[in-house]
Amino acid sequence: MRAYVASRLVQTALVVFLSLTAVFGMVRLSGDPVLLFMPMDIQAKDVNEFRERLGFNDPIAIQYGRFVAGALRGDFGESLRYRRDALALVLERVPATLLLGGTALLLTLAIAVPLGVVSAVHRDSLLDHLGTLATVLGQATPGFWLGLMMIYLFSVQLGWLPTGGRGSLAHLVMPSIVLAAFFAARIARLTRSAVLDVLGEDYVLTARAKGLGEARVIGKHTLRNSAIPIVTLAGLEAGQLLGGAVITETIFAWPGLGRLTVQALLNRDFPVVLAAVFLISVLYTLINLAVDLLYGWLDPRVRLR
Amino acid sequence: MKKFLGVGVTLVTLVVAVAAPWLAPHDPLRADLVQSLKPPGTPGHLLGTDQLGRDLLARVLYGARLALFIGGCTVLLTAVVGGLLGLVAGFVERWPSAVLMRIADVQLSFPFILLAMTINAIVGLGLRNIILSLSAAGWVVYARVVRGEVLSVKQREYVHAAAALGVGRARLLFRHVLPNVAPSIVVVASLQFSQFIVAEAAISFLGFGVQPPTPAWGSMLSESRDFLYVAWWLAAFPGAALALTALGVNLLGDWLRDRLDPKLRV
Repeated sequence: MRAYVASRLVQTALVVFLSLTAVFGMVRLSGDPVLLFMPMDIQAKDVNEFRERLGFNDPIAIQYGRFVAGALRGDFGESLRYRRDALALVLERVPATLLLGGTALLLTLAIAVPLGVVSAVHRDSLLDHLGTLATVLGQATPGFWLGLMMIYLFSVQLGWLPTGGRGSLAHLVMPSIVLAAFFAARIARLTRSAVLDVLGEDYVLTARAKGLGEARVIGKHTLRNSAIPIVTLAGLEAGQLLGGAVITETIFAWPGLGRLTVQALLNRDFPVVLAAVFLISVLYTLINLAVDLLYGWLDPRVRLR
Repeated sequence: MKKFLGVGVTLVTLVVAVAAPWLAPHDPLRADLVQSLKPPGTPGHLLGTDQLGRDLLARVLYGARLALFIGGCTVLLTAVVGGLLGLVAGFVERWPSAVLMRIADVQLSFPFILLAMTINAIVGLGLRNIILSLSAAGWVVYARVVRGEVLSVKQREYVHAAAALGVGRARLLFRHVLPNVAPSIVVVASLQFSQFIVAEAAISFLGFGVQPPTPAWGSMLSESRDFLYVAWWLAAFPGAALALTALGVNLLGDWLRDRLDPKLRV
């Protein structure tokens, strides 16, 4: 078990390192970050001084070596825009994103799992059809459009909720619903099909045959066995929530990691981009590792030595 | 139901995309400031006009063209590139396979939309680059699925039999393995199609990708944010068109999966 976690962590480090190298390479190949960042009327002398100071004049191999050495120490350089340590800037935004993502994940599970289970248990009932309709619509509705429509309804027309920003609980309502909507739809569909699969198994028949109440058949024998595919997908989706957060945070001016990344890309603030890429890939792979460990707990058959 | 709605909605979108120049009542780029921000139902402008007085219906119709073009090109590019790489990686189980799967791991350690957006921001904006960025981020799914399928198909008896008869490797791969993997490629492609369309709109919405004044649904939604207090229709219609297209293509993909490859999960 410990060896497995250790090897996964080494793999994670390797993947993070490779993705940083890829982004570094793309950034350096894409053109001169200094010129793109400087005002139009700047003097050539100033450009050169700026470039010298940030080390853009050195050969690419030396720049890469310096970048790797810095990244190992958690030093991605200074934000070109904010003149502050890039990693610190990115780290400051993590709690907001975790708050939003965590709320959305809880909301997703609270809606999707009961909906999926009820749909499966009462298959082909009116409720099942309504649930299917809701999930199909939920999957097709782009989050940023849902966000705009909710802002129009609840902020512009009704004035119930703030259009954006962070502060009170009211600020969290719309962003977390928008972020949760798409994932809830997917997870509800998967829960339904996972529960249906298990309901056809012999041990469920046995449980019923020996006279167990429906609550125990569903609650104990069915749910636990359908948990594995649900956890797999929820884990994959938890990672994709980070991607969804980029868009949701931008619509609702939520001061998180995603919004910072979008702004850094728009401003070509590359130290911040690299620090954000680093942090996002670390978070993402750690989430996936956590999901893998959760399987072992849910299903002793895949438990590792 | 799935089949009917999926095929129907997708066909309608396709027809709109192809026939946009004939269906549109106005030139989608022609500004007329006297007519700016007219609500839906204004004579001559069924869905109203935007801040520059451009006809919204025309822009939404042309948006279908752009969305399907970008989605189609991306699906084609990723299916061919990802499919071929997956085919080779599954068939030749030596270092190419390992290298390819490591690249896939790196890409998959990053949310799709963020990866496509980052690539797009770095390689540059515009129509061609958004197609390239989405493809660069999206080929991995095919490579993985196809490699997995090839690994199992090549163990089948008919493949062994063909090999025993002295069929060459290339012929074995393309005549005996590929046709049996093709259904999964089709299913993945149809499921990815709506993802690409929505991702393109999201990326253009964030300010990358297709730039104004080109009538792309994403950049139209992005511009609509400044007018949400006065002109709801600018946000409502392009988004509804996008959602409807995604709905149709999703249903079509689901139906294809049920028919061709019910076990496949993407």
